[in-house]
Amino acid sequence: MSNLMFRTCPETGLKVHGPAEALIKANAVVAVVFLLIGGLFGLLVALTRWQAIHLLPADLFYLALTAHGADVLVFWIIFFEVALLYFASAILLNCRLATPRIAWAAFFLMLAGAVMANVAVLQGESSVMFTSYVPMKAAPHFYLGLILFAVGTLVAVAVFFGTLVIAKQEKTYSGSVPLVTFGAVTAAIIAVYTIASGAIILIPTFLWSVGLVGEIDTLTYRIVWWGFGHSSQQINVAAQVACWYAVAALTVGAKPISEKVSRFAFLLYICFLLLASAHHLLVDPGISSEWKVFNTSYALFLAVLGSMIHGMSVPGAIEVAQRKNGFAHGVFTWLRKAPWGNPAFAGMFLSVILFGFLGGITGVIMGTEQLNIIIHNTLYVPGHFHGTVVAGTTLAFMSITYLVVPLIFRRELIFKRLAQLQPYLFGLGAMGISVFMMAAGTLGVSRRHWDMAFSDAPFSFDYPPAAFMMMGLNGMSAIVASLGGVAFIVVIVGSILFGKKRDDAFAKENPVIFQGSGATVAHHGDAGSLKIPGTTILVAVFFLSFVLYYFVNWKYLSEVWPLS
Amino acid sequence: MALTPPDDRLWWKQPLHGIELSWITISFLWGLLMFGMMVYWHLTGDQNLSNEAYRINPDVYAEKVEAAAEEYMVREDENSGMPVVHPPPGSDVYMLARLWEWWPILELEEGKEYRLHLSSLDWMHGFSLQPANINLQIHPNYEMVLTVTPDKAGEYGVVCNEYCGIGHHQMLGKLIVVK
Repeated sequence: MSNLMFRTCPETGLKVHGPAEALIKANAVVAVVFLLIGGLFGLLVALTRWQAIHLLPADLFYLALTAHGADVLVFWIIFFEVALLYFASAILLNCRLATPRIAWAAFFLMLAGAVMANVAVLQGESSVMFTSYVPMKAAPHFYLGLILFAVGTLVAVAVFFGTLVIAKQEKTYSGSVPLVTFGAVTAAIIAVYTIASGAIILIPTFLWSVGLVGEIDTLTYRIVWWGFGHSSQQINVAAQVACWYAVAALTVGAKPISEKVSRFAFLLYICFLLLASAHHLLVDPGISSEWKVFNTSYALFLAVLGSMIHGMSVPGAIEVAQRKNGFAHGVFTWLRKAPWGNPAFAGMFLSVILFGFLGGITGVIMGTEQLNIIIHNTLYVPGHFHGTVVAGTTLAFMSITYLVVPLIFRRELIFKRLAQLQPYLFGLGAMGISVFMMAAGTLGVSRRHWDMAFSDAPFSFDYPPAAFMMMGLNGMSAIVASLGGVAFIVVIVGSILFGKKRDDAFAKENPVIFQGSGATVAHHGDAGSLKIPGTTILVAVFFLSFVLYYFVNWKYLSEVWPLS
Repeated sequence: MALTPPDDRLWWKQPLHGIELSWITISFLWGLLMFGMMVYWHLTGDQNLSNEAYRINPDVYAEKVEAAAEEYMVREDENSGMPVVHPPPGSDVYMLARLWEWWPILELEEGKEYRLHLSSLDWMHGFSLQPANINLQIHPNYEMVLTVTPDKAGEYGVVCNEYCGIGHHQMLGKLIVVK
């Protein structure tokens, strides 16, 4: 490899491999395009479910909902994750990317698959929702598009692992890989078995759609499909937590309180997510309670434990760093004086809080066998995962993008005031979407439903008036989130195209990353001296909310008709 | 920092901070308690799903539902013409899902126990009894049987909450509980 392919980053001193950088850019740009398309479909869906507006006719509503799910939940997130994998391997390890040509092949395979699936949906014959439950049938190229996309992703993951091997062999780093890379390895390992599950079910489904396979059992489909559908969300969690650590390090100089604890928490994700599909089958026939209880909890919720650990480690690391940075006074000065005007920091911290309180707590509650009876397939479900995937993952990815633009694209951000406002706008919108959908779900409103007033039905049934109000508030929140999304795209795309070029001299004078030594936290013998009172209070508030809300739901359940 | 290899090469030997250890312990015990809660509710709670289910051919299931409807039909619904079926308390009661209706209308008595059978004749559907808020996944080829005790009289809507194609939002059934 010639040295001409590398540049040295003026801010971090990292050696940046040119082909890796080009691939990161390409994957990130395509990701943002799918965010725009998918987000737009999401807005149309929310405006249709706002009963006073009821924007789209039924067929277009179901089409838009299918496209929304595929574009944001799969294409936006996975393209961005591939960019993150290349960043966490080639860039952070000072290494060349393994086989850039194959990485480009993976990129074009993913792009072809994503376009094909979109075309199939837009043609109108594949409004089968993201889950595409058999025996509802989509056009064959809908399944084929998803399969091509999955194969491309698998190849990209292989390039990532190859890069790790090269870095190790060429000794481009010493000691263990950085924590962020460790998080990326977690995401990649989960991706492998997730995509395998997807292939195991989507390939026969594709063959069935063209008439080569006779029949697919619906229960088997749900079990295997959710091994892909839910486990893939754990790729997001791992990638998003890696982003939290990365952004905290780059914006305030945070160091993990304990490498051991943070890595152990990632390891818990790998070990205890294998049958995440169990959460989706709690009210299905033919599955025993023992199977459900065991597989949703592995007897003691060890994957949840992983997230709860990160929930203390990330804000704790920020608190320690901020105290070292001179904000040691009082309990919350470190938080008050944090760089809230830096969109990377603001987005990251909002993501931590919203993911924990909205997505995390509710996910555990719905995954409880009996509680699922009052939640399954109501709007509570999308309410939950908009808390995880929108307020959590998407906001985290947006926040790191504010660092990717100056560091990788080497452009100055334009519209800085808008950029500062953006995380709050998007966070507020995402929070509203999540909360109001969950409220409507608690009142029993069905998800994936065009008409909650049942005007064309043979009988009449009225949801409580409060449910209609919740869907109105959900629509308004979707508008706020969309404004935040548009602001993000305007700032990012505008900066990439028209932002001032950051050459090495300029970058040295105007650094975007935290300048300072950062706090060295852990040493032998200081185990008793860690001071994070602010984080302790935050974590205590979180835990009390969790316990309280958990038992509130058991109370709701106890009022339901006796069932056995 | 998190973006560089750990400063301490022997990071796995660093001792745990007391506060971290406490949080890990609390979280671990909370997980154990949440697991225990599901088991506890099976032993003492009133809302548990049965594990009773059978593989069944959709045609055979349709025949069973029709036979029961014929035997216990009390009237026809004024608007829809759908039979209203009032089976004796304690008996097996049947409802089927198909594109896009729940059939027939069931009339049950408050406080009495019934064995409710549910299955689909075609695609997957979602049985969402509102406002009681009981939500179940209904598969074709699987007959689900659960024991229910309606505890409040009134008219209930049976919403389909699993997307089942373009008529999904018209798929609304009815269940009546009388004193």
